[in-house]
Amino acid sequence: MTTSTDLTIVPTERAPESGHRKVADFQPSLLLGEHSMCSGCGEPVVLRILLETLQELGIVQRSIGVVGHGCYGGFVTIMDVDVLQCLHGRAPSCATGIKRMRPDTAVFTIQGDGDMVSEGLQEVLHTAARGENVTAILLNNGVFGDTGGQQTAATVLGQRTKTSVEGRDPETHGYPIPIADIIARLDGVGFVARAAVGTPGGVLQAKRMIRAAFESQLAGEGFSLVEVLTMCPTGWFISAPQGPGYMAESLEQAYPLGELRPRPGAGAVAGAGGKE
Amino acid sequence: MASGTLVIDVERCKGCELCVAACPPGVLTMSVEVNAMGYPYPRLHPGCTGCTACQLVCPDYVFEVYRADRDTTRRPAGAAAPTAPVEPPGGAG
Amino acid sequence: MTTHAATATAAASELRLMEGSAAIAESAILAGCRFFAGYPMSPFTALLENMARALPAAGGVCVNCESEIEGANMVLGAASTGARAATGSCGQGIALMQETIAEAALNETPLVVFNMARNQQDYFQATRGGGWGDYRTIALAPKDVPEAVEHTQLLFHLADHYRVPTLLYGDPLIAQTRVGVRLRRLEFGDLPPKDWALDGTRGGTGRSRQTWTWAMGKANNPGPGPDGQWKRIAAKFDEIAQTEQRSEQRYTEDADTVVVAFGSAAKFVEYVVDELRAEGHRIGWFRPITLWPFPAAALAEATRGARRVLVFELNAGQMIDDVRQYVHDRSTVQFIGGVSISDTGLAYGALLDAPEVRARILAALPATAGTGGTGGTNGTGGTNAERSL
Repeated sequence: MTTSTDLTIVPTERAPESGHRKVADFQPSLLLGEHSMCSGCGEPVVLRILLETLQELGIVQRSIGVVGHGCYGGFVTIMDVDVLQCLHGRAPSCATGIKRMRPDTAVFTIQGDGDMVSEGLQEVLHTAARGENVTAILLNNGVFGDTGGQQTAATVLGQRTKTSVEGRDPETHGYPIPIADIIARLDGVGFVARAAVGTPGGVLQAKRMIRAAFESQLAGEGFSLVEVLTMCPTGWFISAPQGPGYMAESLEQAYPLGELRPRPGAGAVAGAGGKE
Repeated sequence: MASGTLVIDVERCKGCELCVAACPPGVLTMSVEVNAMGYPYPRLHPGCTGCTACQLVCPDYVFEVYRADRDTTRRPAGAAAPTAPVEPPGGAG
Repeated sequence: MTTHAATATAAASELRLMEGSAAIAESAILAGCRFFAGYPMSPFTALLENMARALPAAGGVCVNCESEIEGANMVLGAASTGARAATGSCGQGIALMQETIAEAALNETPLVVFNMARNQQDYFQATRGGGWGDYRTIALAPKDVPEAVEHTQLLFHLADHYRVPTLLYGDPLIAQTRVGVRLRRLEFGDLPPKDWALDGTRGGTGRSRQTWTWAMGKANNPGPGPDGQWKRIAAKFDEIAQTEQRSEQRYTEDADTVVVAFGSAAKFVEYVVDELRAEGHRIGWFRPITLWPFPAAALAEATRGARRVLVFELNAGQMIDDVRQYVHDRSTVQFIGGVSISDTGLAYGALLDAPEVRARILAALPATAGTGGTGGTNGTGGTNAERSL
């Protein structure tokens, strides 16, 4: 990164009148209003790339979302998609019922690590093993954010939370569960990948993975899971600008990024032109 | 010289500064003033390339990104743009 | 041999010897049930097995789920798309489903729960519920397999009509007894279209759907929020309480003694009371058909002249609380039931037997009862039959 020494302020109140083309919108048109996440939260980034993916795949009018309980729960008020807000941990089971009755729809879940890895561990494992053609999106920040920042089954060793104040210690608090790695090994699974949205490259990687997951679902390849590590400055007791750095040093060390289970017959998503 | 520019919706910003860190040419800095929510917000300086890194990382959908329309043919500074295809030396084969 | 669905239609007027679980399964399919999820637990297991066998042939899906919680949530998901969906278990598994049943009540998702109870009459669980919030569960307690077959279809209708979860209170006798039944699709009246059902089609239109207990709606179309939603739902249950009470009674107009029982226990009581009537006792019976809403007005009327109201239930006393609350004279109520479990733990014990029921009733009567009196009168009690909608 270069450092500019010219601190002239360029006007940015309105679009340039001529000579330019727009290459990125503020937000997808599927967003109906403002979210209320904290400064520096990674979850709205995932919401944006998820909705962009539905639009780019042309499946908006056959998508059904199942949203669990967490800070992201409020997304059900701003997503212009048919949604079911369900019980904590149970989204994969609800998604199963929805997909079995509406097999031509694209069914996805949005769950935090508390929702999926703590409360809903059973549900996600069985749904994956059964090979249900649904896509689960895991927002993993290693804390129960909505309730104020307690430890989850995904909290990493050394991470401070309100119930592991000195940092997660295996003797007292046990070990984290790398859910995506476990699910990647099950038969019945079509695609599993993990990304982090602290950097521009990470965001692009996450979006490609989300797209591959939906394509896997639409091809009937089985259960797909994209785990996205998201910053939670509030839950991590740090300032917002420190989020990506903290995440790189903690969660990304415990949860390596990349494709954990490529689509059947496909090469790696990163750098590929994509299948269709 | 800039090949890109932004529209910045300063009132949506929550001052996380992730855009500042993400910007490859480093042309974003945070204001001293605050918006209605009480947060400083990013300001753009000359040198934007329209790469969209800021828009990608921003959690609050603050950025709209533009790239300048420009001739993409590489030529020395000061040379005129070509008006016809250039013949290779020795004539067409 | 044609498909199960065609077979049922073709044999609509035939009397068929069927196990209760099989008859309930076919009745549910006739009602249009197309999704079923269940976890094996006696005596519910046979219903799951029958659904696994019959539902796919009818174009539906039956999932042997990995826990009762998962099954209940699969059913909630399926029902949220507008499908008729059901699950079931016995008391222990129903206990695990309480949060989901409350959720369905508060996000207004219709579904049917088959409680094939095991070895005692879990009246509290069926009527009080262990979920959260101001909700009730319409609970029908058939006394035998033919009534269970009818209730099954009625429950799907009530669930859709009111957008509520409903419960069939069964037991080992209803699950396992083979009886002659006639299976046909029953009609209960028109239902509104399910425009709330999630199918994805309103995505991107600005009018996309949302199913949520908090009912806040979307940013461009706010909903009533939890306060408005839960007040309206509480009022809905008040309305159901007034309009859906069902009961049956016999010999109560001139009865000194009225015996109150529900489910299979009531069938034994009916048999014994018939005997005692014939012997000259002024005795009648009252049977709640809806456990909730409890038929309060009918009970008060039926017990107006009774000197004793005997509650026979197979537990340590549960329905008796509601009997005491609604009976004409609270001081007349006596408990003649009890816990009675078979040696296997999986069925009722020795108390559910006509001689035992008879002995318990007689023990509660004065020593001079049964002598003289009207002799041979068979009063025909009014019946509060199920209402058509």
